[in-house]
Amino acid sequence: MAKEHVDQYEKKLQEEVPSFEEHVPERHGQLDISATLSAVSIHGWKQVVGIVAVALVVIGGWELGVRLLKVPEFVFPTPSAIARALVLSMPTVYQHFFITLGELAAGYVIGAGVGLFMAAVLTQAPFLEKIITPYILLLVTTPTIALVPLLMLRMGFTIWPRIIAVALAAGPMVMINSVTGFRRTDLAKIALAKSYGATTYQIFSKIRFPLALPMINVGLLVGGIFGLITAVAADMIGGKMGLGNKIAYYSSLARMANFFAVILLVSAIGISIWIIMAAVGKRWASWEE
Amino acid sequence: MKTVIDVQGVSKVYASERGPVHALENFSMQVEEGDFVAIVGPSGCGKTTLLWGLTGLHPLTAGKAFILGQQVAKPRREVGIIFQQANLLPWRNLLQNITFPLEIMKESVSAYRERIGELLESVELVGFEHHYPRELSGGMQQRASIVRALSFDPQVLLMDEPFGALDAYTRDEMDTLILGIWKKTRKTIAFVTHRIEEAVYLANRVFVMTPRPGTNSVTFDIDLPRPRPEGITMEDRYFKIVAEIKRKIVLDVEQQKREGTYRSQAYSTVT
Repeated sequence: MAKEHVDQYEKKLQEEVPSFEEHVPERHGQLDISATLSAVSIHGWKQVVGIVAVALVVIGGWELGVRLLKVPEFVFPTPSAIARALVLSMPTVYQHFFITLGELAAGYVIGAGVGLFMAAVLTQAPFLEKIITPYILLLVTTPTIALVPLLMLRMGFTIWPRIIAVALAAGPMVMINSVTGFRRTDLAKIALAKSYGATTYQIFSKIRFPLALPMINVGLLVGGIFGLITAVAADMIGGKMGLGNKIAYYSSLARMANFFAVILLVSAIGISIWIIMAAVGKRWASWEE
Repeated sequence: MKTVIDVQGVSKVYASERGPVHALENFSMQVEEGDFVAIVGPSGCGKTTLLWGLTGLHPLTAGKAFILGQQVAKPRREVGIIFQQANLLPWRNLLQNITFPLEIMKESVSAYRERIGELLESVELVGFEHHYPRELSGGMQQRASIVRALSFDPQVLLMDEPFGALDAYTRDEMDTLILGIWKKTRKTIAFVTHRIEEAVYLANRVFVMTPRPGTNSVTFDIDLPRPRPEGITMEDRYFKIVAEIKRKIVLDVEQQKREGTYRSQAYSTVT
């Protein structure tokens, strides 16, 4: 009896006394990327020093280990060899960088635009949404990269099959997350807007859309990363251009320093997507934390 | 005195999965200009349903309701509603929340700037204009929602258990605040609450509703001095009225139980 009382008191304390631990927003059943996004944002110089220190230890250890064990460069290159390869191959690689970036940008803008538009329209018509959802799931779960050889048969080794593949990879990701966002209907907030005589469009633009923004942000991030993966993979399939193509090329020649240098460029694009989306989220969707 | 709110035998039936729900039945109420009335009743008796109906947020099934002589059909500028929760938009700062109605109505915010400044001062929120709702306490949020409702100067204020979510101390503070605002602006106010003490303290008249389907049970004229003297809520004459109203509500519930028409109000019909 007494113990039970104490337990209850403990529970009450936990519930009512503000916690000084860092608040981690809870979400269920969805990719919890926005939480990770905010965890990545940098607070203070101590954290910067820590991050740089880890990088120095890892890169230094890698360099030292490979040198000490005398691992040949075609098996595993040193960071310095990769850096050298990156600088020396720049004059030829940079055009491939911009080709992949262009595929990604064009495909992403088309895919994300269509995905967002469809999410906004479909959620207004629940029955239509139910009909379309299985097909969107099909698009989400099918690796659209499998379509690239088919597209190349019709369009040749141009940039177009790649743009379409990126759009097909990014669009459904943006859409499925945005749909989750637009489905969050807060009746009290909609009633509030209606009580001032809001039109359907005003309710959409001033209530539903801002309410959906955190999930749209997640969709745009996931879509961007999926788009990048698809762009690089599409490069590998055929033709003679793009970063993926260079990865396959250097790998076939066992030029591992160059191989890693190209991967570094791909990572740079990926990290840029992450940083941009974190900034977008911070500006437009930080209210949810 | 002219009648501002004129409710004539309104009913509201919801369609639910378990068949029609009679939330409100043949309820009538007249409120004169500048009057302050409260509507009380057991939970689920249709108080919120009535208020949403008067705002034009949902249609009433039968009967007629007039506000300022015009039948209620859709939300109108002359009527402001304050909700159960502060209901601020978390992605807007306090000032943007307060100007939200003006934005929806496509009216110039600058014309109301001075008015909003005075209102903020009267609820002691000056200096918090650029804070976001999550940075404000529950009481501050609800004060902001009052400023929001008053910002466009509606003639009628409908309040739906506005302080239900606040702690007892903050609630008392808010009651005093709302009386101050009423005294200054002389708005016509209809205040829904399940706290009889609050209703008696605030209102000139208290409409008691029966359990669902909510209909008129009895109306009390509150014969207490205005402005309410300090410590009135500790006095016998105040307690007597409160006790009488409580007794009436208990009797209504017991009568329905005897007749077998009472349903426990486990779920809300509106939100």
